[in-house]
Amino acid sequence: MSNALEAPDLHRGVRVGGWSWVWRPWIVLVTVVLAALTFLVFSVSIAIGDFTIELPAVFRTLVGQGERVDEFVIMDLRMPRALVGLIAGVALGISGALTQSIARNPLASPDVLGITGGASATAVFVVTASGGAAIANSIGLSAAALTGGLLTGLLVYFMAWKKGIDGFRLILIGVSVSAVMQAVTTWLLVLADIRDVARAQRWLVGSLDSRSWSEVWASLWIMAALVLVVLVVSFQLRPMHFGDDVAAGLGVRYSAVRAVLLLCAVLLAGVAVSAAGPVPFVALVGPQISMRLMRTPVPPLIASGLFGALLLIGSDLVARTVLPNDLPVGIVTAIIGGPFLVYLLVRANVKRAA
Amino acid sequence: MTALRNDAARLGAEGVTVGYADRVVLDNLDVAIPTGVITTVIGPNGCGKSTLLRTLSRLLKPRQGTVLLDGHDIARLRTKDVAKRMGLLPQTPIAPEGLTVADLVARGRHPHQSWVRQWSSDDADVVAKALHMTGVADLAHRPVDSLSGGQRQRVWISMTLAQGTDLLLLDEPTTYLDLAHAIDVIDLVDDLHESGCTIVMVLHDLNLAVRYSDNLIVMRSGSIVAQGHPSEVITSELLLETFGLQAKVIDDPVSERPLIVPIGRTHVVSKSDQDLG
Repeated sequence: MSNALEAPDLHRGVRVGGWSWVWRPWIVLVTVVLAALTFLVFSVSIAIGDFTIELPAVFRTLVGQGERVDEFVIMDLRMPRALVGLIAGVALGISGALTQSIARNPLASPDVLGITGGASATAVFVVTASGGAAIANSIGLSAAALTGGLLTGLLVYFMAWKKGIDGFRLILIGVSVSAVMQAVTTWLLVLADIRDVARAQRWLVGSLDSRSWSEVWASLWIMAALVLVVLVVSFQLRPMHFGDDVAAGLGVRYSAVRAVLLLCAVLLAGVAVSAAGPVPFVALVGPQISMRLMRTPVPPLIASGLFGALLLIGSDLVARTVLPNDLPVGIVTAIIGGPFLVYLLVRANVKRAA
Repeated sequence: MTALRNDAARLGAEGVTVGYADRVVLDNLDVAIPTGVITTVIGPNGCGKSTLLRTLSRLLKPRQGTVLLDGHDIARLRTKDVAKRMGLLPQTPIAPEGLTVADLVARGRHPHQSWVRQWSSDDADVVAKALHMTGVADLAHRPVDSLSGGQRQRVWISMTLAQGTDLLLLDEPTTYLDLAHAIDVIDLVDDLHESGCTIVMVLHDLNLAVRYSDNLIVMRSGSIVAQGHPSEVITSELLLETFGLQAKVIDDPVSERPLIVPIGRTHVVSKSDQDLG
């Protein structure tokens, strides 16, 4: 190539053998910083509790060199809680990034699309209908929430289908289905026994309390498998930001890609809700803030997951330490997320008016 | 309809019928796109010209008949292989806010990439060339939403060019542009043709179509009513029958093409009336 053609300073590539990727230093830097911050907050979260363990001791324990007392407290008592926060945060962040990208709308998060609402209604149904039977404990409840979220997601998808999927239509139908699910949840709570209501209520706000290792492992493996699928398939998502016709022109089978990625998004949200309850706003805020940090035009997947985890573990930490009465994490994320939602709405209005 | 079995045609349709729901838009239509020239589809609103372009580009699946690309039934080719042979610019592409020109044009390499091969040195060369050919190299790091309509259209054409095909389908590339920018964009299309591209486009502006095309396809209610060089095709009778447009066809003072002068109900001096005779 002649010199003239090198004038526009284009992306530089990272090339290993026949493989190649675009080298984007800023994106790599922000991702590494986010990962480091997440790890730090994660460590602080397991350091602080009824009695505090020094951070160096936490790190020693994490690599298997710690004291036996620390090991018991960290591995048996605190680790499951922190890991559930990590898993649910990553799942919600990536789920939100996917739904926002596919609908081309920052408001399209799993909360808005009815997935979280469906999961909640199913979980509350199981809690109240079982009358304290074993099925309402941990695994049964998680499975119910996951199934409910998946079915509601599919319902919204097929109701929104009209010769293809339009983002705005998807959101409108999601909002309506969400409202119906909310009504069902309230109705179930009104009918239920008062002790079940208390239990359901606690779960509904979203909380990382009392998680066992078995629940953690189940969620972790499902989440990891889904994230792997998403990272591979999302390569085909990039041309889809330009609209269906352009995507087709660039050789993407957009209906298939969209269906697979939406299914992954619904399942990820389901995993998060079944692990931590319907923690609000993480899936909405995580992708939008990481997009602004990264200065990318669309939500970045990995960073959205990391930021989701940072937000959820951080909120849990704040809920346990700064706020009184050991408030559930969902209250803190709502306090952060509510104003951000207002900001997004106002900004959308300003843009439309301009 | 002499060009039905044009051996030189890389792209064509045989007996295609296309419709939405209960409405048939194209009815048993045959067409062949001659290679190496600019073909423009014209016709009144709703005549099916965009539908024809969308069918040729595989965005729409015909109910009957086949579209042939390089001798293959396009429905049987892999989507990715179609994208390697044919570039497409649809009517309303979306550029996410903040996306830079370089990033958008680079996406044109998608059909040649895979998960493990996302940015080869070939990609860099082809994108640089596409940016230069379309005159947007200086804008490479600007966000697309900060550009004027004409510049934006150049950028989108640059992206289809980065696909590395010499067959380009453009659906109304001059919509929403003022005349100066429309001429600018069409001049660019002509440059691409000069460099060896086969172009098929849909245009609304009849005089632009006449001036820049070597081959016109005139459509009315889902059928092709005339096809050929503008000098042979464009007559006042055809304009009246196809578009319901009263017009005089004169020699264009600046090109060797016809020029359409529309006659409205007002502002026409009597001299023209007598000429129409």
